[in-house]
This record gives sequence, structure tokens and C-alpha cells, in this order.
Amino acid sequence: MKLKEGDVMEQTQRSGTEGSCSLTDGQLVEMYRQMVLVRHFDRRAVHLQRSGRLGTYAPLEGQEAAQVGCAFALEKKDWLFPTYREHGVSLVHGLPMKTVFLYWNGRPEGCIAPEGVNLFPIAVPIATQLPHAVGAAWAAKLRGEDSIAVGFLGDGATSEGDFHEAMNFAGVMKLPVVFFCQNNGYAISVPLSKQTASETLAEKAAGYGIEGVRVDGNDAVAVHEAMSRAAAKARAGLGPTFLEAVTYRYGPHTTADDHTRYRDEGEVEAWRGKDGLLRLKERLLALGVWSDEQEEDAWREADRVVQTAIEEMAAMPPVDHDRLFDHSYAELPPHLREQREEMRSLYGRGGEEAGWRS
Amino acid sequence: MAKLNLIQAITDGLRTALRDDPRVLVFGEDVGVNGGVFRATDGLQEEFGAVRVVDTPLAESAIIGAAVGLAVSGMRPVPEMQFAGFIYPAMEQIVSHAARVRMRSQGRFSCPMVIRAPYGGGIRAPELHGDSPEAFFVHQPGIKVVCPSNPYDAKGLLLAAIEDPDPVLFLEPMRIYRAFRDEVPAERYTVEIGKSRTVRAGKDLSLFAWGTMLRVSLEAAAQAAERGWDVEVIDLRTLNPLDREGIAASVRRTGRALIVHEAPKTAGLGAEILSLINEEALLYLEAPVGRVCGYDVPQPLFALEDLHAPDAKRIMHGIEKVMNF
Repeated sequence: MKLKEGDVMEQTQRSGTEGSCSLTDGQLVEMYRQMVLVRHFDRRAVHLQRSGRLGTYAPLEGQEAAQVGCAFALEKKDWLFPTYREHGVSLVHGLPMKTVFLYWNGRPEGCIAPEGVNLFPIAVPIATQLPHAVGAAWAAKLRGEDSIAVGFLGDGATSEGDFHEAMNFAGVMKLPVVFFCQNNGYAISVPLSKQTASETLAEKAAGYGIEGVRVDGNDAVAVHEAMSRAAAKARAGLGPTFLEAVTYRYGPHTTADDHTRYRDEGEVEAWRGKDGLLRLKERLLALGVWSDEQEEDAWREADRVVQTAIEEMAAMPPVDHDRLFDHSYAELPPHLREQREEMRSLYGRGGEEAGWRS
Repeated sequence: MAKLNLIQAITDGLRTALRDDPRVLVFGEDVGVNGGVFRATDGLQEEFGAVRVVDTPLAESAIIGAAVGLAVSGMRPVPEMQFAGFIYPAMEQIVSHAARVRMRSQGRFSCPMVIRAPYGGGIRAPELHGDSPEAFFVHQPGIKVVCPSNPYDAKGLLLAAIEDPDPVLFLEPMRIYRAFRDEVPAERYTVEIGKSRTVRAGKDLSLFAWGTMLRVSLEAAAQAAERGWDVEVIDLRTLNPLDREGIAASVRRTGRALIVHEAPKTAGLGAEILSLINEEALLYLEAPVGRVCGYDVPQPLFALEDLHAPDAKRIMHGIEKVMNF
């Protein structure tokens, strides 16, 4: 099913209480609570960056429905290939929040997804993770596993060669992969109209003989339904899907960016009116499964979880200097052992030896 | 004369080129409305219009590939790679095409273009925003590589690169974009490609550096002076073609040499300079030539980046080794 721009807008203006839904009321509540957690995490991360306690950070506020809706359609065994803005989907898939904070604090410990959390490290270069998702899906097919791979991307990534090569490859080999594209309207400052001349991103899939689906990315339920269908199709050996979730980031591309230079506040405000959290909350209220007390509790609990993760990050000793060399190879070659010795003699060992941060 | 920082000098150079030569086009990701992620192209689209200062799709290979087509067709493209660490998708277009068009067409076509790319660590940016990939490109025949270390050279080298009949990779040391200001003439001037500059004269050791490493090298030279060692600091400015005569002449004078770069050591540009010294000045050497470089590991996340790049302490350690041989 392909939705044109008008359809999305029309759907966006509905209350979010319509449309099919395979989730139980309990699951919907849990999905909403996760979206609250992701939003609170994101806001705290931006504040931490502003106060110098985190490095450059890529905010996702506005995209929670797309990310959490997607994550809820996946199974633990599925492999995710994220970009730098997938904190929401990564947290729901099992990445500890402390790890996400450490990554944005520039620490190598932030790259470690625990065993059992099937999440590849963040790919910074645009669209480069998509061929990896294709390869992982290929491996799953070869091994007869029913896990799928999900390659995440944004609208700008559809201009990169790797995107097209990955889509084509997946189509030819009919692999169990889903390309999950969050079209948030901007690649840093460049609007979609300067990114592509095609009316939608979903229609690009047709050129590769794979199904393209466009969904309202601020409707968590709709995203969940679309992603569930795509995942089931992949699991059944029926090939890849490209899913375009139309959404918006309220904040800058990263905290190093000033988004007022390239878009006006009115546009941001208009999108806030279509907010994914508001809409799911309306749905919960209409179902009679949500209350003001639960709302307060959700935010209070989110604050507790985020605060704990921040304290865990703050409690870390300075980074161990050997980590500069660790994992550059399975076994450190002699010249690197020499360089490590020199580093230790010049700068010490770091870590706990260097003392704790004040 | 205006006092400009390095990035303002680059903007001034681009403005001068756009004003003086209608063939010049500036394009890349976020260079137009946004004025570049570092503001290198700030105000240029307002001044010269969206036809000459162009926001492109997010496609490094197509940006450089299109620049090849533009250059061959008589334009003077000045594409921007947002960070040098994002240049890798364009390797094919640079290595297989931009660098070979002249030879492949036996001189019928040429590829005069300038690829601007901020490089090096030190600004606490995410992964792949801090790479120093100059050696990959120095290794490729057919393309020149330049790298200024101060505002004056930045404008003069940029204008020389845009005038150059061959493709030039113009590496910008982002960590010192706004570190200090220099007198920069408002008018057009060029700094000759292929010529190094002696920043500090000395008689005991020749220290070769460029871009991001110049300032820390000067700090180390000042520390060495306290130990009674008179270090000559030479800014190479052009990495290909190297100023062979300038390098050799200095080493013949001092008898000792140290090369400093931020990129990893193995097969880094230091190795080439060391070979050059062997070829041109071996019998003048009183000690093995030293190298102080980034360690041979992938550019780390920023919590470790200060440990990775040479600082004055590590350079001083390198000076000691050469002096005490």
C-alpha cells in the first residue's frame, strides 16, 4: 500500500483512535510508557550536552512513535543496524541507557551492546549500514534462521549509493531484511524537496522490485502494524520491504546545528500538533486504559530511569588509556605493543589510576 | 588589513574566487542556506545566488563525480566534503577519475577542481569526524594535496588551488578554524603550491609539520629552546608535491629531523618525507630521523582523541630522542 502525501496528512489529522491494531491494551500502554521514556531521555541528553556533560548529541524528539512503534514489532533475535539517531529503537531493543550516554560522551564503553542484544554499533557515515543489514539477512537465510535484519536510515540516506546498492541486492536475493526509513524532512539543513525529485521515498522501492510502504510515522500503532507486516513477510521468506515512516525532528540535526537557520518555528509547531505521544495518549484515554495518575507515574518513572543512567555515567572513572589500542586487532601486533608502551610511559594508564572525576 | 581567523579566510577566499571567476561553483551538503556546518560558506549563497552556491543531495560520490563532469566541461567546481572522514564514498571518483582524466585523455581534458574537506580531531565530535586521511590521497598520482595551518595561507593556497590546472584536495584543520586571527589582505593573492615555509628558524633539528600539528610543534620547539635545543619548524603547506628542496636544504643545515603528523604512523606521509631525506640528505644526518604521529589505531571516539594525536609533550619526547641519539 502506498500513501501519497495527502493521505498521510489526512491520516495524521485523525485522532489516532482509528486504524487496525494488533496490540493488546496492555501492550499499547507499555508502548506509550516507552515513548515517554525515550522522550525524557532525549531531553535530558540535550540538556547534558548544553551543560558540557555530553559531547555533540543527535536528538530524536518527534520521532518516538516511529522508533518505538518499529521496535515493538521486532523480536529479540532480530538484528538491527542503526544510524546515530536510533536511541529510541535501541533502548527498546535492550541497549542499556548508560551505554547510550557513554557513546555520546565519546567513550569506547558506549559502543558495547551486551551479549544477547542484537544491535550493531552505530554507523556514522550515511547509508553505509544498509549493505551490512543485507549481509546479515543473507546469513540468516543461509543458516535457516528466522531472524530478520533491519537497516535504519533517514531521508537523506536515500541519495547515497550504498542505499541503492543495498536495496537492489536485497531485492535480487529476496532477503529477510526491512529498510526502515524515518523521513523527518531534513538532512541537516537540506529539505526533502532538494534531496529527491520523487514524490515519496517509498516509491523508490519499485525500481528494485521490492515493496515500498509509506506510513504516518507519528502514529505508533500504524508504524507497528506496517513494521509487523514487513517483518512477518521477511520471516516467511517473501523478501524485503522498504518502509517510509513520515515524521519530523523537533530539534536540530545535532546539538552542533542551529535549525532556525533553515526552517521556521511555525513549521516545527505545526508538527508538534501531530505529536506521536499526544496521539497515542488520546487513544489510550479513549480506550479507558489511561489516567492522569498513570501519566504522572510514567514521567516520574522515566525520570528515575534516566537519572539512574546519568549517575552511572557520572560514576565512571576516566577512560582507561589502553582502550585506545584494545580491539584494534584480535592480537596486538608488535609495533602496536611498542606504541602502547610509549603511550603508557608518557600519559600513564588513565582509568581509576588517574583518579575520579570531581 | 582585516584580522581573520582561518575559516573566515577560507570564506574570503571562496568569495574572491566566486567574484572574480564566473566559472567557479561552490557546492556540497548544507553549504547553501545553512552556510556550511562550520560556516565556511556563510553568506555566499545570499551574495552569489543558489545557482553558484548549491545545496546538493547527500551523495559524496555524486558530488565529486559531478565536479569531474563540470571541470571537464570548463567550469571550476569547488565541492565541499563535510568532513574528511566522509570522503570515502567519493574515493572512486577521486582515485579512478579526477586524478586520471588528464592522462586518460592524453591531455585533451583536465580536471581543475578543489575538494575542500575539514580534517583532524580535537573538537569532541562523533566518530569519523576526526580522520586525517591525507596519505591516501598523497599516494594517488594526479591529484595535489594542500593543507594550510594559518589564515593567511588558507586564503592564498585556496586561490592558488582554484587557479591550478589540476585537481587539488584542500584539507582544512578544523580544530584551529577559530583558534587565532591573522592579517589577511582583502585583495586576491596566492601562496605558491609546492613551497614550504620556515615558521621558526633553528640550527639543531628540522621539524616538519602541517595543518593541525603546527601549533603544538611550535609549543614543543619553545620547550626545546629551554633545554638549549634550537629547533627549526617548517610548515610543509603542500603535501603533494612535497617541497623536496626546502626539506633537504633544512636537514642539510641542521643534521637532524623530526616529522610530526596526526594521521597514523604506518605508511603515513612521514615515511615518504623520511625517504626523501634519505635520498637527499643522508650523509648530513647525525641521528636517525624521528617520527611523532598518531598511533596506529582507528581514530578513536573523542574521550581518547587527545591521547591519540601528538601533543607538545609527545613531540618534545621525539625531539629528545633525536637530540640525545
